[in-house]
Amino acid sequence: MSDEILVMRGITKRFAGVTALHDVSLSVRRGEIHAICGENGAGKSTLMKVLSGVHPDGSYDGEILFEGEPCAFNGVRDSERRGIVIIHQELALCGQLSVAENLFLGNERARRGFIDWNRTNHEAQALLDRVGLRENPTTPVNDLGVGKQQLVEIAKALSKEVKLLILDEPTAALNDDDSQHLLDLLDGLRDEGITSVIISHKLGEVTRIADTVTVLRDGKTIETLPAEGLSEERIIAGMVGRDLEHRFPPRTPDIGEEVLRIEDWTVHSPAQPDRVVVDNATLSVRRGEIVGLAGLMGAGRTELAMSVFGRTYGVGISGRVVKDGQEIDTRTVQAAIRNGLAYVSEDRKRYGLNLIEGVQRNVSAAALEKLATRGWVNENEEYTVAERFRKSMGIRTAAVSTPTGTLSGGNQQKVVLAKWMFTDPDVLILDEPTRGIDVGAKYEIYSIINDLAAQGRAVLVISSELPELLGLCDRVYALSEGRITGEVSREEATQERLMQYMTRGQNS
Amino acid sequence: MTTKTAPQTVAAPATPSSRLSINLRQSGIYVAFALIIVLFTVLTDGALLQPQNISNIIVQNSYVLILAIGMILVIIGGHIDLSVGSTVALTGAICAVLTVQWGLPWPVAVLLTLLSGALIGAAQGYWIAYFGIPAFIVTLAGMLVFRALTLTTLGNQGIGPFPDEIRSLANGFTGGYLGNVALGPLGGADLVSLLAGLACVAGFALSQWRKRAARLGYGQTVDPMPVFVLKLVGVAVVVMAVVVQLARFRNLPWVLVLLAALALGYSLMANNSVFGRHIYSIGGNLQAATLSGVKVKAVTFWVFVNMGALAALAGVIFAGRLNQAGPTAGTAFELDAIAAAFIGGAAVQGGVGKVVGAITGGLMMGVINNGMSLIGAPSERVMLVKGLVLLAAVAYDVWTKRRA
Repeated sequence: MSDEILVMRGITKRFAGVTALHDVSLSVRRGEIHAICGENGAGKSTLMKVLSGVHPDGSYDGEILFEGEPCAFNGVRDSERRGIVIIHQELALCGQLSVAENLFLGNERARRGFIDWNRTNHEAQALLDRVGLRENPTTPVNDLGVGKQQLVEIAKALSKEVKLLILDEPTAALNDDDSQHLLDLLDGLRDEGITSVIISHKLGEVTRIADTVTVLRDGKTIETLPAEGLSEERIIAGMVGRDLEHRFPPRTPDIGEEVLRIEDWTVHSPAQPDRVVVDNATLSVRRGEIVGLAGLMGAGRTELAMSVFGRTYGVGISGRVVKDGQEIDTRTVQAAIRNGLAYVSEDRKRYGLNLIEGVQRNVSAAALEKLATRGWVNENEEYTVAERFRKSMGIRTAAVSTPTGTLSGGNQQKVVLAKWMFTDPDVLILDEPTRGIDVGAKYEIYSIINDLAAQGRAVLVISSELPELLGLCDRVYALSEGRITGEVSREEATQERLMQYMTRGQNS
Repeated sequence: MTTKTAPQTVAAPATPSSRLSINLRQSGIYVAFALIIVLFTVLTDGALLQPQNISNIIVQNSYVLILAIGMILVIIGGHIDLSVGSTVALTGAICAVLTVQWGLPWPVAVLLTLLSGALIGAAQGYWIAYFGIPAFIVTLAGMLVFRALTLTTLGNQGIGPFPDEIRSLANGFTGGYLGNVALGPLGGADLVSLLAGLACVAGFALSQWRKRAARLGYGQTVDPMPVFVLKLVGVAVVVMAVVVQLARFRNLPWVLVLLAALALGYSLMANNSVFGRHIYSIGGNLQAATLSGVKVKAVTFWVFVNMGALAALAGVIFAGRLNQAGPTAGTAFELDAIAAAFIGGAAVQGGVGKVVGAITGGLMMGVINNGMSLIGAPSERVMLVKGLVLLAAVAYDVWTKRRA
């Protein structure tokens, strides 16, 4: 058929040993809205970055045909010249500049190097009318809400004579009215002949607006289905698959009494203090138990964990943290650590490690006092501790003085885990403990987590990978839009069931 | 498709070459310092290493070296302090008012001056650590404010003269308590100075030996014995050469004794105290330090308090050296101290640096200053060379980092 505006064939993309996309194919018909669905990490965003030239030609295998012609993009400018515009999850607007300035950024309406403000604002107004945004073009973008900013992004795309519009999670940060307006707008653009590719977790929206749905899983294309009459359950079945392999070390749980209980926990966003990020969540973890926390991107998992751990996220926090039957103080990181909590961040390079220091100084970083007498650190003891963890956790490094920035992801994660094990915590919150780690190292991390539980510690695991939660956890909570929407035991847990809880919105 | 056993992870890519380049990065500054000394010794026909000249280099640069010790800690913590030059002037003026005008005994006056320096640091540290204003802005404001306060205090003239004790702290030498000994062709030299030098070398050797023994006891790797001995001998030769030359001139300058004590104390503090380690972890990764329970705000605050106190010490010494507190004292000292820290291997992003490195960086600039004035180079050329040396030092640092 020649009405295919875009064909991607055999796309394979690797990052430092991790295969993000494996032989992915996608074809989009002219004038349709094509939805791409998949779990976090399935490769949706990577695929769109390949298409838009963020990952330049040559950094991936496979071919891209746009309007029948092969493409070799070396950057976003190349793809935009052909009429492909991507709008990312994080909006790329300059908040201090006006709407009109943002619309023509890099594409200024100018005469001999000087901006023609009349033309700029006049054309901006026309674009704003097209997307149905009633705002003055001279308004600074920061004065607009997220929903209106999203419309500015779309207007910016229209200013570039867009043929194919790619939207990555466009409604994730929007409220219902704004989402509704955005979807209506996409409908309208379809009538104008603009093709859209939309990545969304909100399956209700997908079934409503899309003409075709492609499902990705583990970096592979699973299926492409016409959206006509497609049910959410059918999409979920494709997203989760059914291949639960033997990727987990065996374990016999020995579960004791309740250690930690988070009660009526509510957190607001620091950027928008009226937005509730965690909504009255209550959950508990028992001694020797591994509990999972499932949720899609933006569900509030990390926000829940970090707000509990020393209030390192959020404002307007209310609720109680109870340990061994006593309410404990977790208002500062120091207090949280003193009360036996540990939090391993999802982003170990940004929040976990001092990359320019060695294993030794990283392992001791959260409990330096244990190695010190009257404020002076015993470096020899510190070395012994680091060596002990290096051996017991199998951290592969030339020496404990080697900067952790040179280690592989799996070994870096072991260093972070060692740091927190050295504080001897009763409760560990592990946020995406295996993100960006290859399969072999994952097995080792799982073994370490099992050991932690076997030592009588309580472990709360946050993960985007449902198979991981099912393979590892004794119990799993599902979080959706900040609320705990379900709790399932190991026996009753299936990916379909969790996904249903995770996608359960305010309306359903 | 099922793997029952855990596949092996790839070994960490820490090759011997990367370790070598780290060593190069750390030792580059010392090699460069040695080369500069050789260069100027040749250019000045040995005048650089004459007893009186060595003494001059130390005394003339003492206040910048003291500032550099404080500055390196600030920079390791990921900040900067532009106000130290003005703080030197203001604290010098405070010291002059306390001693000359109020007639307070000198120890009380010095103590009060150091306290006022600490207060200046605390005021700036509050805005930086607790209020969250970038240090660049706060200390730029401080630079103006403290200069203004100096001018308010002093008017347009200096206050002096200072008591003898403060002057000799800045300019004076240890007494010849035990008389001189003959050193053959080198002539007479002060015995106390020589004994102090020998005691330093012996103390250094002993502490290194015990450190090595302890590390061996814990099963750590250490330098092989010949390398270890060679390093000790090298340090001993350099220290004794300097001490002999000083002993031949007018004994040990008191500021050298003070500097040696500060260098030792602050090195230990930076490397081995919980506080020092926390400075490194904050500069290395602020978020990770916060999430590890480091009291980021308190540590940052105290780093600036310390900087203020050291600037006050430099202020007392500078005023004592000139024998008067002047309104333009300390102008551009902050730039010398910052340059010393960066030449000495500090990183702009923070988290990296050594007290000894900063002192070496400061001495390097001192030697360039001194050597070039000995060969009669005009001051604009001295500035030019110092600027290029700073750029080259940081470029070298960036280059070795990129290669690693």
